[in-house]
Amino acid sequence: MAGALTARRVLPGFGPTMGLTLFYLSLVVLLPIVALALKTGEIGLARYLDIITGPRVLASFRVTVTAALLATAINAGIGLLLAWNLVRYDFPGKRLLDALIDLPFALPTAVAGIALTALFAPNGWFGAPLAAMGIKIAYTPLGIAIAMAFTSLPFVVRTVQPVLEDVRPEVEEAAASRGARAWQIFRKVIFPTILPAFIAGCTLAFARCLGEFGAVIFIAGNLPEQTEIAALLIFIRLEEYDYPAAAAIASTVLVAALVVLLLANWLQARSQRHSEKTP
Amino acid sequence: MSAAEDRLPPLRRSSGSVGRIALIVLGIVLALLLLVAPLAVIFAEAFSKGVAYYARNIVQADTLHAIWLTVLTAIVVVPVNIGFGIAAAWAVTKFRFPGKKLLIALIELPFSVSPIVAGVIYILLYGANGLLGPLLADHDIRLMFAVPGIFLVSLFVTSPFVAREIIPLMQSQGSDDEEAATSLGAGFWQTFFRVTLPNIKWALLYGAVLCNARVMGEFGAVSVVSGNVRGETNTLPLHIELLYHDYNAVGAFAAATTLTVLALVTLGIKTLIEAKGGGDPHRPRH
Repeated sequence: MAGALTARRVLPGFGPTMGLTLFYLSLVVLLPIVALALKTGEIGLARYLDIITGPRVLASFRVTVTAALLATAINAGIGLLLAWNLVRYDFPGKRLLDALIDLPFALPTAVAGIALTALFAPNGWFGAPLAAMGIKIAYTPLGIAIAMAFTSLPFVVRTVQPVLEDVRPEVEEAAASRGARAWQIFRKVIFPTILPAFIAGCTLAFARCLGEFGAVIFIAGNLPEQTEIAALLIFIRLEEYDYPAAAAIASTVLVAALVVLLLANWLQARSQRHSEKTP
Repeated sequence: MSAAEDRLPPLRRSSGSVGRIALIVLGIVLALLLLVAPLAVIFAEAFSKGVAYYARNIVQADTLHAIWLTVLTAIVVVPVNIGFGIAAAWAVTKFRFPGKKLLIALIELPFSVSPIVAGVIYILLYGANGLLGPLLADHDIRLMFAVPGIFLVSLFVTSPFVAREIIPLMQSQGSDDEEAATSLGAGFWQTFFRVTLPNIKWALLYGAVLCNARVMGEFGAVSVVSGNVRGETNTLPLHIELLYHDYNAVGAFAAATTLTVLALVTLGIKTLIEAKGGGDPHRPRH
């Protein structure tokens, strides 16, 4: 073929599209992040450490990370169950459920925040019966975890679902023919296959929980050192015009999120390589 | 149980087991508690004092202004990020160049930034004490605690939405059609509109719909830069917070119903587009 002998034809538009992309990214994404880096740098290491090891800041990190871990654990269980049901079973309302899974991504966080607060407040639909049992959710760390779990619910479902769909029946048949029971097949054959995707989904959910703001602040109570999340403390420092503190906490939160997401990317890349290797 | 059923491994049989029914029921109950109850409570609270009271809350001047500012923000931001998404996808998928992975990571970076942090970095850039603050003050330009600030952070937060939907699609489709069009003498615009666009239109629409939903619903980042002036720089999510803290919960939920309907419409369009084969239904989105 003549075409194959000539050089690969170059499509038009490289200069303008690349130029526009780099210009826009520099202006909208890079420049503000550089501003954060410079403003954090201005503070100096000693003062930076002083700020982020202050008791109120450390408490906000502890509250945020503890609630995010609890929310991730809740999502790990519920997410796996929902993904399993959607892939393996047929039941009435399945398509509706599949569409509803993404609701937490589509619903604005402030709306989710006031809705969850109304549900779990002491006089709410869930809050009243729970209060009768002596369980308090709204305005406690548990409420923070519930709000985080709501906004990050889709991650585990949506990362596990495609991998679960790709599990080939032959592997299960082989195990079944050797007398494995349902639970053994799940534990020994299916779970190891979906494990990297499952962990990646949990990590994505955890990263989202660390940065969540809108859904949390309504239900949290926002008591310093008790139910105050790091994102809220950044906001409070800004309102007090304490820009160095806001910059220091914000850069710490940003770096933590990037590290967690790099980990998630690495796990996901591993899980993709894994699924390519097993034909 | 039929003979064919019987040959399937235990976890793939469609009939029978108590465990299967228990899992399905548990899943549905959890979905009702976690996903349906929050939706229901929004409407129950909004209409708790009747339809007339609900309507009065919606047509309040401040609420109407918040709705207008929210729509205006989407009108400004969504087209810009559609344009950026197309340019970025074209540059990334149609050419080879060093540093491509880094560029894609940079495009997706805003997804990893907490909304509050997104607001803070803009204050540190354009605010009075920010990097460019003195420069802006010299020219009497005010971006933060004003409407332009709302546009800017919304651009930041939603910049990856369109690009992220169409890049994987354009990558998988390759460039053969575009190369054929170019060899026949078509220019960039002709190639894009006649060849590429028809192939990516559903994914593009999908990205635009998700981008729109996020712009209209963004709370944290906008809350940092808006200044919260009632009737001036309050978007709908901020107005909901304001009403809620004013002990006007019914008014807050009434305003929230508008964004809830938007979310449900977004999910509906998403489901329709997936049925048409656009977008990847099982990729987590923010």
